[in-house]
Amino acid sequence: MQKTNLKKLHTVTLDASKCIGCGSCVKRCPTEAIRVRNGKASIIYDKCVACGECVRICKSLAKIPSYDKLEMVNNYKYKIALVAPSFYGQFNNVANINYILTALKKIGFDFVFEVGVGAELVSQVTQKLVSAGKLKKPIISTACPAVLELINERFENLKPNLLPLLPPVDVSAKLARERAISHGVAESDIGVFFISPCPAKVYALKANKIIEQNYVDGVLSVSEVYMALMPVISKLQESKNLSEMGVLGLQWASSGGEAAGVMCEKYLAADGIENVIDILERLENGTMTDVEFVELNACIGGCVGGVLNVENPFVAKARIRQLRKKFPSIGNTLQEIDKPLEFYLVQRQLDTNGQRFDNDRQVAFEKLLEIQRLYQTLPHLDCGICGAPSCRAFCEDIVMGRVPADTVCPMDKGTKQ
Amino acid sequence: MEHLHLEYDVDGNNFVSAGQATENVKFCLKGLGVNPQDIRRIAIAMYEGEINMVIHANGGKAIADIYLDKIVVQLIDSGEGIANIEQAMQPGFSTATEDIRSLGFGAGMGLPNMKKYTDDFAIESTLGVGTKITLTVKF
Repeated sequence: MQKTNLKKLHTVTLDASKCIGCGSCVKRCPTEAIRVRNGKASIIYDKCVACGECVRICKSLAKIPSYDKLEMVNNYKYKIALVAPSFYGQFNNVANINYILTALKKIGFDFVFEVGVGAELVSQVTQKLVSAGKLKKPIISTACPAVLELINERFENLKPNLLPLLPPVDVSAKLARERAISHGVAESDIGVFFISPCPAKVYALKANKIIEQNYVDGVLSVSEVYMALMPVISKLQESKNLSEMGVLGLQWASSGGEAAGVMCEKYLAADGIENVIDILERLENGTMTDVEFVELNACIGGCVGGVLNVENPFVAKARIRQLRKKFPSIGNTLQEIDKPLEFYLVQRQLDTNGQRFDNDRQVAFEKLLEIQRLYQTLPHLDCGICGAPSCRAFCEDIVMGRVPADTVCPMDKGTKQ
Repeated sequence: MEHLHLEYDVDGNNFVSAGQATENVKFCLKGLGVNPQDIRRIAIAMYEGEINMVIHANGGKAIADIYLDKIVVQLIDSGEGIANIEQAMQPGFSTATEDIRSLGFGAGMGLPNMKKYTDDFAIESTLGVGTKITLTVKF
């Protein structure tokens, strides 16, 4: 299946030589997408939302997040770096973020463009759409790709509530590319690179689910770019004035920032994938009717919590708060950028695979009955010793044919069945 | 007829755990590939019922019977019962205390919404004995 292949390539892979089969990732994975089989972790990619929690929890460093190597930028004549607001929180003792942007140019980028610019514009378009009152409420943000994937696969009911706008990174990529072309750069020479805080953004930008054309050529990791920048940044004597964004864009770095930018009082911002799932369940149950805008971030703290970052999310957040006073409240207005609404709109509808046991209802029903029958025979410990995260997942694996039908529960003392 | 029978205890005075039965039922219906709108209808009604039992009846039992083409949910409690069902069915009527209202519950839309979102709604209540609500959604 093509989708599974894309996920395998661009989310997380396993370094089997390092995996000790401890099962920590199995228990931690919020979508029950990991099993231990034959002593090694194995990912069921259909269930993976690329949140990166398994990378975070793995003490053996066996979970390898996918991203493009920094050397890839050399394949392009004109190199553009897209810098997320959360990136600014990674550096200690940087008096002025222009030092970070200047250092990026020193390590080889020809042009740096802040994703905060795209974020400011997305905030303003959202404000317009919200006040026009045409969107289905509560409106759910689409900026976190792990959340988007989760909704698409598990909360199909909530798809009509998704904000129909491209995330800031895509808007920024479009703008940066246009800017370079307007400066006389040949389109074939341009390479646009996002410096990503998480594997979810890597997957989203590679899989191109909501956009027709790929505006991003490569996705780098914050940690790798950080390592390349450190020796340069400490020697910089002066910086160029390269930053173009304001607080409206900067605040997207952490949870609540996007929602605050919508200028609607009745908003909710939740972060951490378990909390996000809880909120989505509640939204689906029709509670929370008093909320108009919902911002959800899979990582604790928001994008500052991304697993490819180098700094603790709370430290990064505190630094960004300190930086606020050095920015104008708003750097770019919709009028200045002067693009039609279509420029910002999602270009493709998501297709849902869903969680069904089979496409044929009758077959799915029989599988569901079988899962339940098996479940009754188990001890309901959810101990994970079998390699599945819960007794229910164990039953599902047998019935779905992911493990041999005669697999037995290692905790079963033979008293049941 | 062969069907899936699920039973859950709904813990009284525990708002945090209320909704677990609904979540499990949603998992099953999503596995079946039931139309999302139908899943939403039973989720709203069943969750409302779970919350009701917590607020008014110190908990109770949620029983779900899932068939190929429908789900029947019974919410059974041994609370004080409803004195006037007709009145309780009026939108906006509520006997919830201030404490409960301050938690954002008790707007008086519970029973009317349960009826609105289901294909079949039945309620039996006896004062001092308890209440039984039966919800059916066809799909």
